[in-house]
Amino acid sequence: MFSDSAVDCGKDQVISKISALVGVLVVSIVAGVALGPVSVPFGVTVDLLWEAITGGTIPAGLAGQYHIVWDIRLPRVLLAAVVGAGLSTVGVAIQAMVRNALADPYVLGISSGASVGATAVATLGVLSGLGVYALSVGAFLTGLGATALVYITARTSRGLTPLRLVLTGTALAYGFSAVAMLLVFQAPRGEAARAAMFWLLGSLGGANWQSLPVAAVVTAAGIVYLATKARPLNALAMGDETATTLGVAVNRFRTHLFIVTAAMTGVLVAVSGAVGFVGLMLPHLTRMVVGADHRKVLALAPLAGASFLVWVDVAARMLAAPEELPLGVITAALGVPCFIFLMRRRSYVFGGS
Amino acid sequence: MRIELTGVTVRNIVSDITLHASAEVVGIVGPNGSGKSTTLRCVYRALKPDAGTVLVDGENVHKRHDVARHLAALTQESQVEFDFTVAEVVEMGRLPHDRDPARDARVVSDALATVDVSHLAARSFLSLSGGERQRVLIARAIAQEPRVLVLDEPTNHLDIRHQLDVLGLARGLGITVLTVLHDLNLAASYCDRLYVLDEGRVVASGTPAEVLVPELIAKVFHVTTHVVAHPTTGVPQLLFDQEVTP
Repeated sequence: MFSDSAVDCGKDQVISKISALVGVLVVSIVAGVALGPVSVPFGVTVDLLWEAITGGTIPAGLAGQYHIVWDIRLPRVLLAAVVGAGLSTVGVAIQAMVRNALADPYVLGISSGASVGATAVATLGVLSGLGVYALSVGAFLTGLGATALVYITARTSRGLTPLRLVLTGTALAYGFSAVAMLLVFQAPRGEAARAAMFWLLGSLGGANWQSLPVAAVVTAAGIVYLATKARPLNALAMGDETATTLGVAVNRFRTHLFIVTAAMTGVLVAVSGAVGFVGLMLPHLTRMVVGADHRKVLALAPLAGASFLVWVDVAARMLAAPEELPLGVITAALGVPCFIFLMRRRSYVFGGS
Repeated sequence: MRIELTGVTVRNIVSDITLHASAEVVGIVGPNGSGKSTTLRCVYRALKPDAGTVLVDGENVHKRHDVARHLAALTQESQVEFDFTVAEVVEMGRLPHDRDPARDARVVSDALATVDVSHLAARSFLSLSGGERQRVLIARAIAQEPRVLVLDEPTNHLDIRHQLDVLGLARGLGITVLTVLHDLNLAASYCDRLYVLDEGRVVASGTPAEVLVPELIAKVFHVTTHVVAHPTTGVPQLLFDQEVTP
């Protein structure tokens, strides 16, 4: 009797948590659109969004605010939600894939690889023919190149083993960072180097309706794929041999995970830079609340990550207005205390200690 | 269900291992490094042998993708980092099977009850003692509804009560069990037949009474033994001299 209820323990609770987080996300998005150096009243924001979505009409006097809400803020807030959801989900998958509590989406060298491309674009002017997309394209290409290099280097005849992946990713990341640093210090124009560094710490300043769809589609597809793999991820988290005995083709599964997480991370880094901490911390925060079962974690982590990054971006816009702060600074400032609080309050176990 | 190894060879670790088990408890014993675990890893597919075959009911386990529906294993892997609940761990045993939530829940519930850990269902797996963990892992194997159970030193790190407990549970399932054991007396008590491995080869096989004789133990383990019959069960039990033979 007891065990029956314990088996699907908290299914209703999880559904209510999902509903709550969806609500939080919707409110966060509206608030994120309303808030900024030029605040638009909350009610006006809701009206404008409603008219825009339903194809209604806007009074002429509100045209300026409509422009801010629809053309500037909304794509940016939605991109924040996409990036937060994506990084949070990738973090969950990568921590299970390499069975390491310290793993985050960048552990496989993507962000440091991307930094080479971004700094090369900013300081040397390569790819300048691509205009405003040069930075994103450059970062995407070198990021994926770096991941491919990590994959080839870490691969053995026995497939990809967790420790080799982490060690190879970390070691190569130092190499890529060195190249990026060299480019920054060799740069004739200090301003260009600063722009590259700012971008790397994470910024959604370049968000627009054109950059949103690719990121949204790739992220959504990745999240759906990973959510369907929640049970094999549980098995993988117990160990490669255990997963094998439970019928998971471990080598092939890990290769698929590698490709999916690398593609997601590459796209997210291209649109937002390397926003730190979200992909490390949100997975842990989610597990503290619902436990380790990936069916629950993968349902909640994207929603939590999306809301989190929307508010981080609001803070980035407002704290030092009219200047913008890098997202990475805010994620750390908000995340660290929150993380420590939850870790001390709950009996959270990861790594058997 | 019959499990059959023929000429299994892995590099220079094990060579030409041939053994079988069918609706019985079969033990593999031998000194450290004799290739026991390597042999078992070929059975539960963590390792693909360089030569030889592992057949379950006549089908090669390395060529079938649904082996996990018939064959469950407890590996030596003990480094779990994720804080799953006991129910979640046992539920993983349903992974190889097609989803059927109602049936899955019933099988998991029965498995928990069979090994008497229903009261731990909501507990964190990592918070359990070694004996409780091993019981839960056996529950996971039961939830897999296997017809062959493979155990790699299932009594490691357990006190004597839990050692007897785990082997009794495995034996009580009434399915084909292939287990590696270090303790020769436990092997004699719980196994119908034994295979003795030394330096990667099968050097003896048969019932415990046939295999566990002082000459063979001296040759393989380099210890001097006296064999006595257990006063109640009659199975051979070994007493060891303190001096090891060179």
